[in-house]
Amino acid sequence: MKLSGGDLLMRALKDEGVKFLFGYPGGAALHIYDAIFRQKALQHILVRHEQGATHAADGYSRATGKPGVALVTSGPGATNAITGLATAYMDSIPLIVISGQVQSHLIGTDSFQETDMIGISRPIVKHSFIVQNAEDIPRIIQEAFYIATSGRPGPVVIDIPKDKTDPSKLFQYKRSKQVTLRSYQPRVLPHPGQIKKAAKNLLSAERPVIYAGGGVILGDAHKELIALNKILKAPVAHTLMGLGAYPSNDKYFTGMLGMHGTYQANMAMHNADVILAIGARFDDRITNTPSLFAPKARIIHIDVDPASISKIINANIPIVGQVKESLIALIKEIKRSKLKIDSDALESWNGQISTWRTKHGLNHDLYLQKTKSKMILPQVVVQELYHATKGNAYVTSDVGQHQMFVAQYYHFNKPRRWINSGGLGTMGFGLPAAMGVKLAYPKHEVVCVTGEGSIQMCIQELSTCMQYNLPIKIININNEALGMVRQWQDMNYGGRYSASTYADSLPDFVKLAESYGHVGMKVTKQSELRKTLNKAFAMKDRLVFVDVYVDPNEHVYPMLVAPNGSMQDMWITKNIKA
Amino acid sequence: MKRIISILIENKPGALARVVGLFHQRGYNIESLNVGPVFDGTYSRMSVTTRGSENDVEQITKQINKIIDVIKVADLTEGEHHEYEFILIKFNKLKLAEKIQKILKPLGGRMLEKNTKVIVMSAVGSSSDIEIAIKAIGRGNLVELVRSGSLGLHEGEKVLTI
Repeated sequence: MKLSGGDLLMRALKDEGVKFLFGYPGGAALHIYDAIFRQKALQHILVRHEQGATHAADGYSRATGKPGVALVTSGPGATNAITGLATAYMDSIPLIVISGQVQSHLIGTDSFQETDMIGISRPIVKHSFIVQNAEDIPRIIQEAFYIATSGRPGPVVIDIPKDKTDPSKLFQYKRSKQVTLRSYQPRVLPHPGQIKKAAKNLLSAERPVIYAGGGVILGDAHKELIALNKILKAPVAHTLMGLGAYPSNDKYFTGMLGMHGTYQANMAMHNADVILAIGARFDDRITNTPSLFAPKARIIHIDVDPASISKIINANIPIVGQVKESLIALIKEIKRSKLKIDSDALESWNGQISTWRTKHGLNHDLYLQKTKSKMILPQVVVQELYHATKGNAYVTSDVGQHQMFVAQYYHFNKPRRWINSGGLGTMGFGLPAAMGVKLAYPKHEVVCVTGEGSIQMCIQELSTCMQYNLPIKIININNEALGMVRQWQDMNYGGRYSASTYADSLPDFVKLAESYGHVGMKVTKQSELRKTLNKAFAMKDRLVFVDVYVDPNEHVYPMLVAPNGSMQDMWITKNIKA
Repeated sequence: MKRIISILIENKPGALARVVGLFHQRGYNIESLNVGPVFDGTYSRMSVTTRGSENDVEQITKQINKIIDVIKVADLTEGEHHEYEFILIKFNKLKLAEKIQKILKPLGGRMLEKNTKVIVMSAVGSSSDIEIAIKAIGRGNLVELVRSGSLGLHEGEKVLTI
């Protein structure tokens, strides 16, 4: 049977296993939307803004490991998808964005709703395609999914001029058994010689640290990481993106490292003699001043992307390879080696880390204490949330203080449960991402922890949640200010709150949630917090927006001293520099 | 130091823009650029001249390699290589014709056009020889100058091919 370009697209997406299309229609995409109407395999989720479509598809991908797909029209539809593409690009998420384009003969004429999507998106995609012949659509879709999901994953754009989906022009559907591209060989196996060197260094280390990033989750290698550390018994620190890969309740887990990492994680990194970096990229929120980074450490760096290795910090032992295969090879080599770990040295090193933890570690029992503050502490909101959800929820977040508090206080024990925009730091990500997660896992608890600043950047998606009955729980940590901006203004700008406050003009979030047909709850006292959360989570089939007023003066600590600081230079509280 | 990076890239629309865009995006400069389809025409060979430390160039080549359409990348300056550039010049001070012809003789200088108003010539040579020749002619004596940018090739049996 012959199919039109639009139907070819639907068929190709179905054959890739796509269940949901997050999108918004418009002129250039209407042939495609008509093809959507003719089929049943894919469900289209109509968002309220294209940014929401990209974040929802991205959230779906982060939670499931499968590519998420967004569909937008040309011009403004395409430009609205740009923030979502950049978000996915920075965190290496396999996101597919299909954009309608004006008809081929109009390209370059400044026609209505025309924009050069390929050009605009070029620096923030792994690859992009423009469809020149309708019969190529199945091949392009296959290649796009292959590129997005293999090697270091990333977003791919497919721009389809309207005439390529003309319903009157029909073509044969063809699907290849496998994709081969002569210019792209993403599967890289680790070099055995490098694995040997790494094993030797790790086994003779006295103060080793495992620094594991989002690559462990993307590479589906959390089990291998756990297995490796059963042997090495080294402290494990996660980046913001790695949280959940190594279980937070394990005794070797030091917590997150970096800008708002724990004291013990950052001290461990600074004093280590061997650092094993796995699927992490030494970005500036981790290393602080690169020239002062981990002065005593030999660096072993495993990454599937050779360009990530020795980009910022020189790796003594670079290992280019898929994380999973590299860890399997490393475990095998360690087991085969005659060298054994130095148990005495490791015991004393892990003891040192416990001492640091005791000295300046995070207090995970704040919620049990009567605090002097009359207002609710934001950290307590996260701790109560952790207990209310038994640590089992999928948690999305936006960007700012609330994001850091979740990273610090919600103990993730499983991968893909913590969904946030780490690299780009995109406010507005949390709610649409939660929609994608909830669609993927309707029976699981999905929570969006946000702030009154971030939530207003994509608040329109509350309407989408109503249309598709997505009972997400939104925890709005409301400090009536752009908290992280305010924190920096407190610390570096003499408390001059330039454009970071708006307390007099915030909406009534309870009424706002209600006007969208959802449930709204407001909490101002700590004594009501647990009760309200329990009530909210008991409403299984409703979206509940819990607006929690917190102490606006609270800062996120520890905080690396910047500029010109190392990883051991931290603010522990407002007045104490360690 | 000056580097010549050779790139084999799929001859597809937009492929060149991906390479050029990457230099800008990552904060590197392109000093000269030459590109054209080779052999069966399904791919092109680019020669890009840039400046940077060894680390810079390593990072540039790694990033270029990540472009999906790029088939192969080599930093020719890592080893022995040939480097040539082609130029066209136009001048109207006809009395300088003899002097200029003499300067360009070792660079295979050829007269392409000669009339009562202008002379057009071509020459080929390493970028540094070309520089010396242009200086000797005197920039002010030329009305037009066009340079192909450096072309590079490994010395000996080493080849860059798909």
